[in-house]
Order: sequence, then structure tokens, then C-alpha cells
Amino acid sequence: MTDDIKAGSPLLSIRNLTIEGRSSEGWIKLVDGVDLDLARGEILGLIGESGAGKSTLGLAAMGFTRDGCRIAGGSIDFDGIDLVGSGETVRRDLRGKRIAYVAQSAAASFNPAHKLIVQHCEAPVVKKVMPREKAMKDAVDLYRRMRLPQPEEIGFRYPHQVSGGQLQRAMTAMAMACRPDLIIFDEPTTALDVTTQIEVLATIRDIVRQFGTAAIYISHDLAVVAQMADRITVLKSGRAVETAPTRTMLRDPKEDYTKSLWSVRSLDHARAPERPTVGPVLSVRNIDAAYGALKVLEGVSFDVHAGRTVAVVGESGSGKSTAARVISGVVRPSLGEVLFEGRRLAADYRTRSREDLRHIQMVYQMPDTALNPKQRIRDIVGRPMEFYLGLRGRERDRRIAGLLEQIELDPAKYMNRLPSELSGGQKQRIGIARALAAEPKLIICDEVTSALDQIVAAGILKLLADIQKERNLALLFITHDLSTVKAVADEVIVMQHGRIAEAGNVGDVFARPASGYTTRLLQSVPEMDPDWLTRTLTSRNAEPFS
Amino acid sequence: MSRIWVLLGERLALGVVTLIAISALIFLGVELLPGDLAQQILGQSATPETVEAFRRELGLDQPAVQRYFQWLAGALHGDFGNSLSNNRPISELLSARLGNTLFLASFAAAISIPLALTLGVLAALYRNSVFDRLCNVVALVCVSLPEFFVAYVLILFFSVRMALFPSLSNIDAAMPFGELLYRSFLPALTLVLVVVAHMMRMTRAAIINVLASPYIEMARLKGMGRLRVILFHALPNALAPIINVVALNLAYLVVGVVVVEVVFVYPGLGQLFVDAVSHRDVMVVQSVGLIFAAAYILLNLIADLLSIVSNPRILNGEG
Amino acid sequence: MANLFRLFAAAPFTARFGMIVILIVAVIGLFAPLIAPYGETAVVGAQYEPWSRQYLLGTDNLGRDMFTRLVYGTRNTVGLALLTTVIAFTIGSILGILAALLGRMTDRILSRIIDVIMAIPSLILALMLLTIVGTSIASMVFVIALIYVAPVFRLARASAQTVVVMDYVQAARLRGERLPWLILREVLPNIASTLVAEFGLRFCFVFLFIAALSFLGLGIQPPTADWGSMLRENATLISFGDVTPLLPAAAIALLTVSINFVIDWMLHRASGLKD
Repeated sequence: MTDDIKAGSPLLSIRNLTIEGRSSEGWIKLVDGVDLDLARGEILGLIGESGAGKSTLGLAAMGFTRDGCRIAGGSIDFDGIDLVGSGETVRRDLRGKRIAYVAQSAAASFNPAHKLIVQHCEAPVVKKVMPREKAMKDAVDLYRRMRLPQPEEIGFRYPHQVSGGQLQRAMTAMAMACRPDLIIFDEPTTALDVTTQIEVLATIRDIVRQFGTAAIYISHDLAVVAQMADRITVLKSGRAVETAPTRTMLRDPKEDYTKSLWSVRSLDHARAPERPTVGPVLSVRNIDAAYGALKVLEGVSFDVHAGRTVAVVGESGSGKSTAARVISGVVRPSLGEVLFEGRRLAADYRTRSREDLRHIQMVYQMPDTALNPKQRIRDIVGRPMEFYLGLRGRERDRRIAGLLEQIELDPAKYMNRLPSELSGGQKQRIGIARALAAEPKLIICDEVTSALDQIVAAGILKLLADIQKERNLALLFITHDLSTVKAVADEVIVMQHGRIAEAGNVGDVFARPASGYTTRLLQSVPEMDPDWLTRTLTSRNAEPFS
Repeated sequence: MSRIWVLLGERLALGVVTLIAISALIFLGVELLPGDLAQQILGQSATPETVEAFRRELGLDQPAVQRYFQWLAGALHGDFGNSLSNNRPISELLSARLGNTLFLASFAAAISIPLALTLGVLAALYRNSVFDRLCNVVALVCVSLPEFFVAYVLILFFSVRMALFPSLSNIDAAMPFGELLYRSFLPALTLVLVVVAHMMRMTRAAIINVLASPYIEMARLKGMGRLRVILFHALPNALAPIINVVALNLAYLVVGVVVVEVVFVYPGLGQLFVDAVSHRDVMVVQSVGLIFAAAYILLNLIADLLSIVSNPRILNGEG
Repeated sequence: MANLFRLFAAAPFTARFGMIVILIVAVIGLFAPLIAPYGETAVVGAQYEPWSRQYLLGTDNLGRDMFTRLVYGTRNTVGLALLTTVIAFTIGSILGILAALLGRMTDRILSRIIDVIMAIPSLILALMLLTIVGTSIASMVFVIALIYVAPVFRLARASAQTVVVMDYVQAARLRGERLPWLILREVLPNIASTLVAEFGLRFCFVFLFIAALSFLGLGIQPPTADWGSMLRENATLISFGDVTPLLPAAAIALLTVSINFVIDWMLHRASGLKD
């Protein structure tokens, strides 16, 4: 890989680095013998799934390890300074001045007790890079370059008074305060909506290029990394699997693991035939809903038919989750009604009949909170059978085993386990089995894949599609992720500010979006093409950012 | 800025309402006393005529609601009525003793608060060190000790064996200040030992809690030194919980004096209260109970107000 | 059994010490009549006899055997504290979970009542209530249990609130499960460990509380032997430099310290396993 590095010594050079973390079973390896080089002004993308050691490696590039972690071997050389061997004073002096950090959640990483500009000027003033007045002036200049609204004033606000996307830009500006040689970006856009993400990505890329700063850009999202990085390193369980220049890597991945990461991005779905002529399983009619004075849903109507998948897609605050809560009877609508097979359902789940409850089941977003940690799999899956169908004893066990086989978990092995003994993807499968155990006609899937790694998520989506075909189920997918929509849905409902912006067959809507919002949403989803960001920004014709 | 005034006003109103509710409860409790108050005081042998006369004298022939408001209005002016056991005005009994109790509590607070905060910050700074573990064990032991045990052990060593301090804290207002301090040293030390441990543990927990926040990691990643991280980044955010802990313990001090006063025969409210309870002198119990409750509520209220004021989010309003 | 032993061996010194003390106290309390050489209230000698073979720890102000009374005191003081804590816990945790599950008016009304109880310092409240209901063992248990329902309610409600927002509880509700199932199968198992640790802590408070009341002469009444009143009855001896009256108080301290050591270790273990 040395031939990728431009002339002169690299800025950062990591050799055979091993970092260990303390766990209940002693020290385990988080980063395992990683080599890494970074030239001046170069941007390296680090990608991998959760637990791959991305953040640990990123922090190590600053000579920093979290509490309970230690560097067990190898070397980190930053511009001739040995970050492993030198004392804390040397490392501390580098941090903030020559190596800076941008965290995933800016909202949590800004101190709530101080104004943004005070925190911005802290490093340059304390490290005597520039006097306070100059640092303040420079801060305003950086805010302007990051295209923050009202750059003169925004610094005098407290973190909780500024939106998430703006905070993330302010944090990038803060990282730039001492004009460092290297910035570590640790998933800086993961917590943002796609339409906000594209703005933040654009400004980050611009400012890094303007100042010629080298960067390590950490993300689980390949398409995002592709826009930012010159070179990409793929990490898996603490090891570097593959490193190559971005275009080579995208065009021609060498390792199987990299290929599998690539392939899940292009999942597509054989769409169900046109709408059947029988009536819909579920009809939502003119629903209005509000939390107190805040209107969250206005005039929402749609149908879901047996054997078909409808995706409700939207950004945070669009009302998509509230729609699911109205259908399940947790939130009472102020207007409108929900029909199940043509019959009107009671607004409150507590007054619905047992049969009505049985036919609409939910699968939840977070597999960790969806299963009672004190109940065994047998009880979790068996309870709906007992409760709705009156099954007991051997018959119940037989059915549980059947269901577990269907979700591809060995009954003999998993029946008596607790949820804590399962992986995230396995837990999500149990969540699906619990819904199926009630033998419902409709399953509402609320962001079921957003807490999972991409490969695991792809498996879950495929499983749901198979089960749907077999049982002729109606599925309602609530999601913020357009690639999930493409992967599973027959019909899509795009929501914005509590209203339906657009609805129709997935093929039609994606090919010829009718509403401006859908167009913008579709455009904002990063693609696996390193030129996507540039192209999209040009096509928007340098629209002013909000 | 207006939001903060609304919040402060709300808390203040809540405090007043609680106090009124409690005064009503205290009064009602005495009303529910089995048997007739007058009968009970005069004993079974009293003739119906004397009981009737006594009832009139106590005002017991008037409706309860009216008597409650009279009692409350009197209490606001410092007039609590007369003691049942010796028929002296209660306010006379109270005034000197209230001062003594407050003196003892302040004495203990003046030692324990700085001590606990320093120890708590140090334990948090040197988390999991030998010092921290030692502090933890000693604190656990101190929290577990009954006040009277601590008090008698101190008496045994400091007054009986070594004869350094008096075991009886008979003080009066005419004594010089130094003498007051000397005589009330042992009861104050008892109280200090009892509250320091709890305060220290809570201070440590509050700081450690804040140190786990992402913005502390960010400060360290900006290359800030340990002291600056603690003072500039952690402390402003740990202030509210610490203020709360201090106020809670102050409130405890005012109340915790009861047992200590009995052991050292310290002429404070607590001793009066215990005496009154054993003699079932309900008028005194009512009055002293009200004063204790008021002090407790007041201190909790102050803690509430201070932690609102020290919260930067509330102070600066929402965006 | 082997598991228990391994757990014991892995515990730090303080926790092991605590567990041994608790075990000894439990044995003494259960078998008091077998261990004590004399009857609980029997006058067996002169006033304030010194320590001897006949009177292991001497005699008290009425000539009763101190050792015997100490042994019976274990049973009375610890037993009553246990009873009181159990009552407070049963009522407090059920009401707390109920408030968290039902929310709305139920929660608001219960919480306001508890707020008022918590706004009065507990010792003051106890003494005032005892003035009203009179001093007897039954009324003392009733009064202290009532007071300690409040903090148990708060804790149970707070921890149940973090559980009731979990999706699995919503799933059970949407399934149509009734209240007993929700309380006993969904919520209680998930807050049990918090409640157990709290039970230990609260037991210490109740225990100290009963001892303090008895010490003030307002709790367990003579001639019943109990650790708090034993100190009160014999306090005069201390001014002669005799440590005997401090023994019951030391017993109280030893037991509470031991329980706190064990709980501290349990809490530490629980939080350690989380991360």
C-alpha cells in the first residue's frame, strides 16, 4: 500500500496496532494488528459494521484510548512523534491543536453549560495559538465558511438552542479552530436525516479541501464514505480486511467480506402483482392526530392489501411513527377512523376485542427493548399462542419449534435461551416469530432494520418477504430509509410534516416523483458513486442552504 | 428569562401549599386523638363541669375549622398557645431552644459541608484508587452507625476517659461564644460524622456521573488538562445535584439533632419535642412539629430554587 | 450450593465479613431461647453486676442478665424491623408499579400523597403519629411501615417507569394482557434486583429507626428486651467508663455495617455487569 502515498513521509503511520478492552472474560482485542498510513492532505475512509473497531482506531490516531481500554502493542507515529511511547503531556499538547476530533452526536458532545463560541475558542486560547479576540473573529469566519445561518450571532447561543445539523457543522468549525493537520470524523452524519446529511457532507468536504487538512472519515455507510474519501480501508472485527483507492474499491472489491457489504446495497424486490380485487385488510381514513397543541397527522388515508407491502417513509417528525401508533390503538386520532377488513376498529387498544388485537401485530425497532430480558424464548414466542389460541403443553412446544425453524433458528438450541444470549439479528427474528405466533393478518414493522448492520438487516428483510409470500400477509413498513423501501415495498407513502406528500407504486414514485419533496428526498440518498455528491450539488445549481 | 421566574414562582407556591397541607394534617391528627383532649388532660376523675369549663378555656367548643385558622394565624405571629403540662406559653419555651438547635446545626454544617465536598471531589478525581476505596469503606461504616452509638462512644472517649470535653452540653445564651463552641463540640462532632459520609458519597457520584458524558470526552480530545476538565467542563454541570445533596443534608441536620440533643441533654427543640411526645403534650408536639416541618420544607425549597438557577439550560431559555 | 460458595469466595473481604455477620445474627435470632442462659425478663441478680462466669456480660439496672437480653434483643429488634420493612415493601412496590403502569390520574393522586409524606422529616412524622396512636409495638410497626411506604413507592415507580416504556411491555399491552400479568410477569422481574438492594438499605434505615425510637423510650416498651432501650436503661454506666451499655448499640452498628457492605458489593456487581 506504500505506493499510494505521495512523496515525503506520511503524516500518520500506524503499524501492527493492537488495542484491548476489558470485559467480564478478561481482555479482548478491539483492534487487532492494524497497519495504516495517511499522507498530508489525504482523506482516508474507515468503514465497517458495529464492533469492527472503527472508533477505537480513530481515537488511537489521537493517542487516546477510552477508559477500560489499553494499547497492547504496535506503534502510532504522527509526523515523527511516537504517540504510544511519549508521555500524556506530549499527546495532550497535540490534541485540539494538530489533531482534532468531530464526534457522532454534536448535541451530546458540546458542553451544555457554555456558549458555542466559548467552546470554539477554548483550544486556540488555552494552547496559545492565538489570542481570544482573534480566535473569536476566526470562529465567525469559520461559521461563515461552514454556511451556518447568522454566523455573527450563532456562536453566542448555547448548544440546546441550535439544531442538530447546524451543531454538527459548528463542531467541524471548532475542530478547524487551530488549523490542525489531521481531523478524525467519527460518523458525523449518522444521527441526521438524509436531507440534512447532504448539506453537512458538502460543507465538511469543502472546508477540509480548502485548508488541505488530512482526515480519517469513519462511517458504516459506504456511499457516504465514497463521497468523502480518497482511499478506503474496510475493517472487520478489529482487522483491516482491505485497503484501496476509493474508485478501485467501489469498482472492484477483492475480499469476500467487502463484496458482501457491497451487494447488500443493491437489494431489490420482485414486486407483487397489481392490487388484488378483494378489499383491503387495513384502511386508514382521514386521520388527524395531535400531541397536545402540536398537530402530527393531518388527513392521512391509505390502504394495505393482503399479500402486499406498503412502506411509509419520511424523516424525523414526519408523523410516520404516529401513524403506526394510531393503527395499533396506542394514540387516539382526533379525527378519522381505522378500518380492519371493512369494520371500524375502536380508537383505543384497550377497548378492542382480542381477535382485533390478534390480527394486527407489531415488530419493533430496537431488538434490545422489544423482548423481555427475563423471559425465555419459549415463553416469549409461546405466550401469544397460549393467550390467543389457547394452546398449551406439547402442542404449543411443537408450534414454537416450527416457528423457530421458519425464522432459521435451531429450536433445540434456542428454545430455552434468554434474549441476552442472542445477537441483535437473532433477537429481531424472535420479535418476528412472536408476531407470527398470533397468526395475524397484518404486521406493522417499525424501523425494524435501522438498529442492525447492513448484512444482518438484509437477512431480516429477505425473511419477512418469504414469510409474507407463504402466509399472504399484509405488511406495513415504517422506515426512514429509502433503500429499505426499494428492497421490500410494493407501494410507498411519502410523508412530510404529518401529511402524505406522495403515494403510489414504488416503481412509479421512484422513477417519476411527482412532488418536489420526494424528488429532494430521493436525491439526498447517497449513491455508491464517488461523483454523486458533486453531481447532485451541481444539479441543484448551488441552491442556498437553509 | 421569563421562564425561570415562572418556574421559581411555581416551586415557591408549591412549598407554601405543602406547608399549609402539613399544618392541616398536623392539626387534623390531633383532632383524631382518641378521647376528648380536655378529659385526657384532667384525667378520668374530673367532674363533667370542670371538663366543660376547661374545654371552653381551650376553645374546644368552637368548630374545628375555626380553631385551625386561629391556630395557624397565631403560629404565624409566633403565638402557639399554652403548653398542656405546665400551662406556660409555648412561644416562651420555643424561642431560646430554636436558637440553640439552629446553632448546633450550623456548627455541624460549617464543619461537614466543606469537608464532605472536598473529600467527594478528591474521591471522584482519584476514582478506584486506594484513597477512594478507603473513603468508600469509612463512609459505609459511618452511614450505618446509629447516632446514639456515635454519641456515646465519643462521650466514653472524649469526656470519660480523656476528660477533654463535657458530656453534658448545658449551654445558655449568656455564655461567651468560645464556651458555647466548647460545650457543644461533642454533639456537633456526632452530627458531622453522621452526615459527612452521605454527602461525600453523593458528591462523588454526581461528579462521576458528569464525567461519563460525551462532552467530557470531547474536552479531553481537545487536549484540555485534568484540572480544566473538572473545573470548567464538569463542575458547572454537577452543581445542581451537589447543591441538592447539601440542602438535603442540612435539612437532615436540623431534624437529626433530636436524638443527639437527648444524649447530650442539649437544651434544643429536639429534646423538648421528645419530652412533649412522652407526656403527650399535644399542643407542644403540634408547634414543634410544625417548626421542624417548616425548616425542612424551606431547605428543600432553597435547594430546588438553587438548582433551577444553576441549570444553564433553564437559565438561558430554550432556543 | 456450589454456586453460592463460589460467589462467596469471589466476594471482596468486606462483603464476606458482612455475609458471615448476617448469618450469625440470623442464627442467634432464630434460636434465642436455646442460646440464652436465662429468661428474657427474669431478674437473676443484683443491679449492675460486673462481667463474670455466671453473668457473662454482667446484669442491667434491674438485675437482669445482659447477655440474655442481648440475645433476645436480636430476635425482637431485628424481627420487628424485618416485619416492618416487608410490610412497607409489599405496599410500596405494588403501588409504585401500579402508578407507573396506569399513569394519568392514579399516578398523579398517589404521587401527590407520597410527596406530602416525604415533605415531613420522617422522625418528626413518626413521633407525631405516635403521639396520636400511642406507643405500642403494633402502632410503632404501623407508623414506621406507613412512613417507609413513601420512599419504596418512589423507587418502585421510578424503576417501573423505565420498564413500562419498553417495547416488550407495549407488546404485552397490545396483546391484551391484564394488570396482574403486566405487574408480575413483565415489570416485577425486571426491577426485582433494584428492589432487593433497596430492601437491604431500607431494612437498615428501619432498623436504626426502631432502635432510635426505643432509645428515646417511644418504641419497643419494657420489659421486652431490645437493643435501643437496653442502651437507654443502662446509659448511666457509661459515665463510669463501662462499655457494657454500648454493646447493644455496637450490635446495631455491626449488623447495619454488614448489610451495607453486602449491598454495596451487590450494587457494584450489578453495575459492573451492565457495561
